[in-house]
Amino acid sequence: MAPPGAGDGVARTFFTRPPDEPGMKLLLGIGGSDDSIRALERAVARVAETDDDLTVAILRNPATEVDPEAIEERVRSVLEDADVSAPIRHLEGDPGSQLVDLAESEGFDRIVLGGGETSPMGKIKLGGIAEFVLLNSHVSVTLVR
Amino acid sequence: MSGESDYPDESAGPFPEPPTTFADCEGRSITVRRYDETADRDALEAMYAAFDPADRAQGIPPTGEKRIADWLDAITGPETVNVVAVHDDEVVGHATLVPDEPVATAELAIFVLQAYQGAGIGTTLVETLLGAGRAAGIERVWLSVERWNDPAISLYEKVGFVTSDTESFEHEMAIRLDG
Repeated sequence: MAPPGAGDGVARTFFTRPPDEPGMKLLLGIGGSDDSIRALERAVARVAETDDDLTVAILRNPATEVDPEAIEERVRSVLEDADVSAPIRHLEGDPGSQLVDLAESEGFDRIVLGGGETSPMGKIKLGGIAEFVLLNSHVSVTLVR
Repeated sequence: MSGESDYPDESAGPFPEPPTTFADCEGRSITVRRYDETADRDALEAMYAAFDPADRAQGIPPTGEKRIADWLDAITGPETVNVVAVHDDEVVGHATLVPDEPVATAELAIFVLQAYQGAGIGTTLVETLLGAGRAAGIERVWLSVERWNDPAISLYEKVGFVTSDTESFEHEMAIRLDG
């Protein structure tokens, strides 16, 4: 049975590596928006099945203003439920640039982010953090849909 | 779109209510009328099945029968306002208002089949939709459009939309309807 949130084959392709290769070093950025929570759940579900090595970075998303402690609590509960361990970091200041800086300076293979909210019409709206990261990161980026 | 301040102070209108029939720039007789779920659903699904995926914006219209059907269920549901442009019994254009917060606010989207684009149908479709929306009690309408889509932005400006947000990845525009 597929893990909760594994969804379509897209996430599988992005997060899975052949068993003989070492796992990827993933950096998940989370600012508390609904799509970032979804990205967390999907990434953790994949990490539970692979050798991937996950670090969670809690960001200050000006669009949500969710309390960082509340986000951390949520992250801990998702990790615990999946029996995955991952260091949790708090990034102060501008979220996009801090995340890219961390990914590049500490040798991460991939940044994982929420893929945007949808409007009442169903239009995908790319978040400000995702836009900055996509345009600036030299590390590959996965947007979780 | 959140605040009252995103909408222009001046209201626009009045706009015509459906139905309206006119000749487009190619001389085709086009009727814009209210969407009728029972009579038009199949024709609307056929229009989206034929829609060029290169003309999609921000993930809509979706592709595939099931996704199109689910999306149409959502945007033609309770409290939405929908009009269609019809030529020879074929639906060639569709415009919709989907309710948003706060009350009397809606998000707008419009789609015209590729062979019918650039013929003036979009303008009448949007204006008639706004007329139908006002009649249904909608006072504020917003939309987002890709910021490189100049023809669409010009159309919306001509109808009376003003740009409300240039900061985000998508270009957002808003209009306040005459009370």
